[in-house]
Amino acid sequence: MPLPEIFPGQFVQALVHNSPATFLRRPFSIHFVDYAANTLSLLVQARGEGTLHLGMLKPGDSLNLVYPLGNSFSIPSSGNVLLVGGGAGVAPLMFMGDYLNKKNIRPDFLVGFRTADEVSQIDEYSKYGKVFLSTDDGSMGEKGFVTQHSVFTTSPLAYQRICCCGPDAMMHAVAKLAKEKGVACEVSLENMMACGYGVCLCCITPTDKGNERVCLEGPVFDTRKLKWEL
Amino acid sequence: MSDLSINIAGIDFKNPVSTASGCFGYGEEFKDFYDLGLLGGIFVKAVTGSNRDGNKTPRMAETASGMLNSVGLQNKGVDHFCKHIYPRLKNFDTQIIVNVSGSTIEEYVEVASRINELEGIPAIELNISCPNVKEGGMAFGVVPSTATEVTRAVRDVYKKVLMVKLSPNVTSITEMAKAVVDGGADVLTLINTLLGMAINAETQKPVIATTTGGLSGPAIKPVALRMVWQVYNAVKIPIVGLGGIMNATDAIEFMLAGASVIQVGTANFIDPMVAPKIVEGINEYLDRHNIAAARDIIGALKKP
Repeated sequence: MPLPEIFPGQFVQALVHNSPATFLRRPFSIHFVDYAANTLSLLVQARGEGTLHLGMLKPGDSLNLVYPLGNSFSIPSSGNVLLVGGGAGVAPLMFMGDYLNKKNIRPDFLVGFRTADEVSQIDEYSKYGKVFLSTDDGSMGEKGFVTQHSVFTTSPLAYQRICCCGPDAMMHAVAKLAKEKGVACEVSLENMMACGYGVCLCCITPTDKGNERVCLEGPVFDTRKLKWEL
Repeated sequence: MSDLSINIAGIDFKNPVSTASGCFGYGEEFKDFYDLGLLGGIFVKAVTGSNRDGNKTPRMAETASGMLNSVGLQNKGVDHFCKHIYPRLKNFDTQIIVNVSGSTIEEYVEVASRINELEGIPAIELNISCPNVKEGGMAFGVVPSTATEVTRAVRDVYKKVLMVKLSPNVTSITEMAKAVVDGGADVLTLINTLLGMAINAETQKPVIATTTGGLSGPAIKPVALRMVWQVYNAVKIPIVGLGGIMNATDAIEFMLAGASVIQVGTANFIDPMVAPKIVEGINEYLDRHNIAAARDIIGALKKP
């Protein structure tokens, strides 16, 4: 079956087989879509029982997915775009980079990891744009958090738009910087969810329209709409 | 093809499979997955007197063979439901039943009387069993005299079929069932979630923001089956059964225990297509056992 049209920022709900302790599906951002090969890629970090079992899948195994779910990052028609990711949160940025390239926009990537051991796919990202790297311990790229990277400390900021996905604290820090510098910023939230299609109401986040569902009205939100203290 | 139709309290369900309140939104969310006309009924998300934002997050925790939730009846209130949601639902080719909640008897009565005016809604399901709100909810469903009182107050204003959803968090489920029958209930729904909690040992904190929440999923199925069976043997009115139903076999077990109609709840989160699969599975079971009609297995449990 051919893939449906998928937009960057959308996610799947994956069923984890053969893992008795895993009951609910696991949400993952769509990492890459190749319509020609009819493949969809996920980037999964082994964190708990569910992701460990997913990591044991072998080529040819099947995986039950509900997709594509959620909204997507806004696609500008022009301008400089910075894609910021941290840890496993880098997942949707590859697809976003490819998508922007097809709209004739070459974004910059700023990706942060704890240490050099966790850094991967830098060559892949550089196909779609310039890549800046930071690690918490300075073992690769600039030392510190992504918000301490020279991309952010150099004034004025060279971007009209930031798209960000990663740990909550990182997204808050990036959103705060974006606000200070007057740059539009979208974040992809990872709230705990059960269903993924808008009915359990577990994943809500407060916005200017009240409590909205991360799975349906999100996962991507303009940070100005969120009730974040920045 | 066996006869799957079920009539309870005068309402025709084309089959015994319906979806549980709070696990199926307003049904519209599932239109992309299948034709809602395949369902016997849809019990829509709880409606209260006015807008409720619900509880803080995290609102859920995964547990062994189940999950805890503490949503806290988030909804936009009965006025919004009648004006904006009902018009979109009224033409669905399935029975639409509204779950009615409140913090006070007056609120239950207000919501019930508003829903009473909606022609396309044949019944309400009075929710006196939500464990996740500070006032009302389960507080009405754990003391028999209070349960009788709220049921009677709603009975006075609600002219169609009155279903009452019972809490399992009681010493005697049959005593509660009899109490709401005394109040004028036409049908009993059981069970709502079991009060539970989850702790993160690393952070030494509760996993969900309200500390406790409602447990659902296969973990609670044996408790639910036992309660349906006890109530079936204690009262004469029909039962809508739920609690951890994941497949057709589970559904059939509930019907054997005494449920006329079943609800699929948490399973909708695991497989959005599960409800029509259960309809198929019940049909297959009846054929295999040469049973002419689904209604023939209601309460047909044999002695051990």
